[in-house]
Amino acid sequence: MPDDTPPGLPKVQRKPLDWGFLVVATLSLGSMIWVTLRDGFTVSQHILAEDFWLFLTILPKVALGCLIGSLIRLMIARETIEKYIGAGSGVKGLAIAAIIGTLFPAGPFTIFPLAAVLMVSGADRGAAIAFVSGWLLLGINRAIIWEMPFFGTDFVLFRFLVSLPMPVLLGLAARATVFDAYVNRPPPGEGKA
Amino acid sequence: MIVFGFTLALMAIAAGLAFAAWRRSPALLTDGFSDARTQFIHLLPRLAIGVLGSGFLAHLLPKETILAWFGPNSGLMGTALASVAGALTPGGPVVGYAIGAAALKAGADLAQVMAYVTAWSLFTINRMISWEIPSMPARIVLLRVVVSLPFPFLAAWVTLLVR
Repeated sequence: MPDDTPPGLPKVQRKPLDWGFLVVATLSLGSMIWVTLRDGFTVSQHILAEDFWLFLTILPKVALGCLIGSLIRLMIARETIEKYIGAGSGVKGLAIAAIIGTLFPAGPFTIFPLAAVLMVSGADRGAAIAFVSGWLLLGINRAIIWEMPFFGTDFVLFRFLVSLPMPVLLGLAARATVFDAYVNRPPPGEGKA
Repeated sequence: MIVFGFTLALMAIAAGLAFAAWRRSPALLTDGFSDARTQFIHLLPRLAIGVLGSGFLAHLLPKETILAWFGPNSGLMGTALASVAGALTPGGPVVGYAIGAAALKAGADLAQVMAYVTAWSLFTINRMISWEIPSMPARIVLLRVVVSLPFPFLAAWVTLLVR
């Protein structure tokens, strides 16, 4: 594995086995055995064939998603990202933060520390929340690789349309002065949108 | 047709990025391919098991229960239950999608599945505990949760309106 990603950009680290995978594997295998025992081998075989075809059709998209993610991660330095969501960026900053969150191909081990770094370097709470929400709700990488195989393009596109304005709206809501007292140390240069 | 167009768009994006990387340095492109291959191999078994398993899971889910709790007539209570279920579903990229897709196949209403996936994306408790809270100021995390709280309901409501 090459280890020459730009400095300051955490490499993708993965445990060989993770929690979510174990849960899904147990559920899948368990229900497969259960279906076979309850309804017989023919039913089980039919389901398997149908889902295997679905799996084959999504593979090219998964491969392309991986390639796009890797290229973006290698080409865009973290410094560049930090530059654009500085303090006092207004709604435009929220939009930029949300778009970067949406496009940034990374896991939680990169996103949350990055959001924390952004806040330390002057991004306000609204921008940080817009960034995290953009990644959570609209993360393109995850949607292509994971969500589409399960739900299909229509569902994902519809969910995207519904969620599209949310990161900026959540950022605006988080900037509301009501919360100033709660977040008792508001970063300088921050206020109403 | 939409799916095919989408694949073409993905190919165009990948080609554009690959060209940009190659112009910067051919080694960067090689690294990109090798990084992508590692990720792809990592994903393959997870996806296979998730996709194959969700079919069996959907076959097993008790249709009457799903219909009664999350069906077209389950209303606000169904949305609330779906949202809570979403927050309690473990994180990681697959679990919520696998369960949501299985519930949809078993007769759950689109609006409730939308609420479930949205709540799972926003509030998965174990991701917040293992990643978000350790990395970010706790008050910011709480603030994010508070402002996001209405959104699963909003998503379900918009789904009902549009359909």
